[in-house]
Amino acid sequence: MTPLLQVENLAKYYGARIGCADVSFDLYPGEVMGIVGESGSGKSTLLNCLAGHLKPDHGAVRFATRAEGLRDTVTMSEPERRMLGRTDWAFVHQHARDGLRMNVSAGGNVGERLMAVNARHYGDIRAQAIDWLGRVEITEDRIDDRPTAFSGGMQQRLQIARNLVTGPRLVFMDEPTGGLDVSVQARLLDLLRGLVRDMGLSAIIVTHDLAVVRLLADRLMVMKDGHVVETGLTDQVLDDPQHGYTQLLVSSVLQV
Amino acid sequence: MTEYNFAYLDEQTKRMIRRAILKGLAIPGYQVPFASREMPMPYGWGTGGVQVSAAVLTPDDTLKVIDQGADDTTNAVSIRRFFQRTAGVAVTEKTTQASVIQTRHRIPEQALREDQIIVYQVPIPEPLRFLEPSEVETRKMHALEDYGLMHVKLYEDISQHGAIATAYAYPVKVEGRYVMDPSPIPKFDNPKLDMAAIQLFGAGREQRIYALPPYTKVVSLDFDDYPFQPTKAEHACALCGSTTSYLDELITDDAGGRMFICSDTDYCATRVEEAA
Repeated sequence: MTPLLQVENLAKYYGARIGCADVSFDLYPGEVMGIVGESGSGKSTLLNCLAGHLKPDHGAVRFATRAEGLRDTVTMSEPERRMLGRTDWAFVHQHARDGLRMNVSAGGNVGERLMAVNARHYGDIRAQAIDWLGRVEITEDRIDDRPTAFSGGMQQRLQIARNLVTGPRLVFMDEPTGGLDVSVQARLLDLLRGLVRDMGLSAIIVTHDLAVVRLLADRLMVMKDGHVVETGLTDQVLDDPQHGYTQLLVSSVLQV
Repeated sequence: MTEYNFAYLDEQTKRMIRRAILKGLAIPGYQVPFASREMPMPYGWGTGGVQVSAAVLTPDDTLKVIDQGADDTTNAVSIRRFFQRTAGVAVTEKTTQASVIQTRHRIPEQALREDQIIVYQVPIPEPLRFLEPSEVETRKMHALEDYGLMHVKLYEDISQHGAIATAYAYPVKVEGRYVMDPSPIPKFDNPKLDMAAIQLFGAGREQRIYALPPYTKVVSLDFDDYPFQPTKAEHACALCGSTTSYLDELITDDAGGRMFICSDTDYCATRVEEAA
């Protein structure tokens, strides 16, 4: 089986400081990988490099495109990268306001990606928007409301619908449950798990919440100071942490 | 008048503007930046259009100036007089006799010819402005033909009003490439953008010039199930009886009295003359 995403020696520096360095891994279709680590450990920098929002200083990020197989997205031209960004890739931001157009209705938000890939039939776009709002448990009568009228949890679900409507193959998530209260978090995780399983999505989830990766991720990567300190199957890493930092991380979780 | 250089601007400035116009004509619909000058009128009164007109005028030209279709309103009168004083060119109110027409927000009803130039005054040249506030980003979107956002606006129109409610400054796609703001002409005029004359667009405050060469293919954006429809008031002109021209609604008294008359005064007057 060929990997969907192949990362090789990726590095990003902020001047003399390290954003992330020496990151290499393969992600296979249908696989969900979690990246955990404390604030400032380079998780978000890594994710932004992978998703093409930041240009890495070193290394390669190869993605299995539908037409031409593995292509390095770092050296790819900007139009091609943007095309990937609105078809095969999806990016779920921590703050829904970063990923949504707050002054455009929910239906318009979901429809934007469809229209960006040349959907030009209003009825079809609206039908798909209604379908996707339903899948993320937003009722049809809210379709013409703006996200400003939505609660935080609904905004996050809307952002997910907006991203998944074009049937992407790889989803990047940056703290998808950050800033939500625990019961809303639980429902969102349920929803995400269902969608990932049903659609056979591959995903890379950045989080500092170990419960999130326990539920969603097949594999885990632990980062500290810009470097990957431990990788492995999620349960293996969490139940039998080898690296000192991972041990600290796992033991820091409060047991209720 | 000998105090001014011909058509007010100095020759170097006119060369600079002409270069921008030529580039605009070479890339139809692309917004060419230019070093807009201070003009002796406020921004928003047509400083862009006046600079473009000044750059294309020759002593043999006949100038017509339109303000919302009319030849006799403040903006039209003052710009016409400006060029009479500074360029000494002949002026006319007849569309057929003009070689250069500067217009504010209308295209004449009379079809234009190949030997004519029409100059539009443009307040905001960027069609994506109210959708994406960053100029850096909108330029990138134009460069990459990333126009999904434009349809989001039309989608919002339909979801809120049941139809595309944008009635003026209706976005168009030029030769299948650039999305362009045709300046705030009513969408009734959009089909006329496919014309024989050279069309130049000048935005003074925003420092942009763009252009459409003759017979450029201009398509108004729409949805398959909500096609573009040019609209006008469902009346006939009260003066000349035309049922095909764009109409202004005039309130005539405090008792609800109103009349609809042609917005293009020259077209209307010509028809009245011919009927008499």
